[in-house]
Amino acid sequence: MIKRKELTYMESVHRDGKIWGLVLCGAILLFPIIACIIFNVLPKWSALAEGLIAVMPMYWAVAVIEIITYVPMLGAGGTYLSFVTGNISNLKLPCALNAMEIANVKPSSEEGEIISTISIAVSSIVTTLIIIIGLFAIAPLGDVLTSPLVKSAFDQVLPALFGGLGVVFLAKNLKIAIVPCLLMLVLFIAIPALDTSMVGIMVPVGVVVSIVVARILYKKGML
Amino acid sequence: MDFNVNSPILFIIVGLIIAVVLGQSVYFLVKALKRAKELGIDKKVVKKTITTSATFTIAPAISILVGVVTLSVALGIPLPWLRLSVVGSLSYETISAGQTLVALGKTLGSLDITAEEFVTVTIVMTVGIALGLIAVPLVTKKIQSGMIKLENKDKKWMEILNNAMFMGMISAFLGYVFCDITKVFYSQEQLNELAIKAMEKLAEKGVEIKEPIVYTNTQFLIPVLVFFVSAIVMVILGLLSKKTKQRWITDYALPISLILGMASAVPFTMWLG
Repeated sequence: MIKRKELTYMESVHRDGKIWGLVLCGAILLFPIIACIIFNVLPKWSALAEGLIAVMPMYWAVAVIEIITYVPMLGAGGTYLSFVTGNISNLKLPCALNAMEIANVKPSSEEGEIISTISIAVSSIVTTLIIIIGLFAIAPLGDVLTSPLVKSAFDQVLPALFGGLGVVFLAKNLKIAIVPCLLMLVLFIAIPALDTSMVGIMVPVGVVVSIVVARILYKKGML
Repeated sequence: MDFNVNSPILFIIVGLIIAVVLGQSVYFLVKALKRAKELGIDKKVVKKTITTSATFTIAPAISILVGVVTLSVALGIPLPWLRLSVVGSLSYETISAGQTLVALGKTLGSLDITAEEFVTVTIVMTVGIALGLIAVPLVTKKIQSGMIKLENKDKKWMEILNNAMFMGMISAFLGYVFCDITKVFYSQEQLNELAIKAMEKLAEKGVEIKEPIVYTNTQFLIPVLVFFVSAIVMVILGLLSKKTKQRWITDYALPISLILGMASAVPFTMWLG
């Protein structure tokens, strides 16, 4: 009985997620078309092609990698929300991870799925609201937020985020962590082309290395 | 209709789309809360999840708001508002908008964007990252059921696999934090070359350079120092929580270490930047 109910919840998450996802996908993709109609203009085709060629190959490839990498980590509800609201690796996933850690639930359990969904939904709502509040206060806030001192703090969101998160997970998974962490340090330090903008592409590399290391350790009975 | 990057009608349409985005989050929140009740998850745990997630989100959300401010110079408020409330990230939106503006002979600092130019940028920003939006509703169930099959086969491995994936992500960001550390030992000449390259790169992206970039050796230490401050604060809070048996310290440890880490960037930048 309980088992059937569990299945029902997950099934309904997928059904609702699909509907919401497709509706939002439609609305977001329609926006440029609506803008063309309202102002009665067509895009400048050559610049359009140039812009698309500059970003599409890379970001569509990254999207494939991101889906494969992040969907298993975010859970079902978290995935449907995160891939609409974005900012996954710098906000949604760390937020869900921290919530599951505090609630002491396993990501692969239904409790984990629920905690992760609640956490990502709250994070999405708060983000959207902060942006709205900020917009209405943009004239006074704009100068404060872009002042050099404040900017120097916001430039360091990622190091500050992953310092705290990293130390917890490193302590918990030291055996799995050593090889991927050392490898990433060596790669990022030794290869100049790997600058801060490349981190998105290196996440899946780190994930694959971690999984391989974990699998070997697991097979040898060391975990 | 007469074109203006801040045209009221653009605000209305963007507002409507964002209302639906909010609607989705609220819907799934209510759904998960109901299920949590059914499963008998402790109310305290649920409440904690909500408050810690909200607290944790504030600082990163403000950094996204900074992005809206930056992009709104050339593109007005509605378009950056929409773009930064949905898929993508600050770096993606800046790159895609900037590259298209450059192709149009403009920059992110231009104040005379025409309607044609505006819709061109809008299409590139939207389509350039649309794959995730299109594919996720179609493939998520398949990927998740694969994970569930794996889970039923070997529960212990599944748990390890999850941890390994998280660790893999964190390892990449560890590399990110340390990626410029060798520049601490660069000569002034090498730093100048680097600064010239960085300015060229910015110009390619359509970012207007108001002041020339000047690098110092020590500024490359800032992210590393911030990383360690945040990590040390986390460890101290963990120990403190254990010693005083105050659970709430652990609950808010990550937001606190995030904020203190970011705050430490201010004196570090004044000192080393």
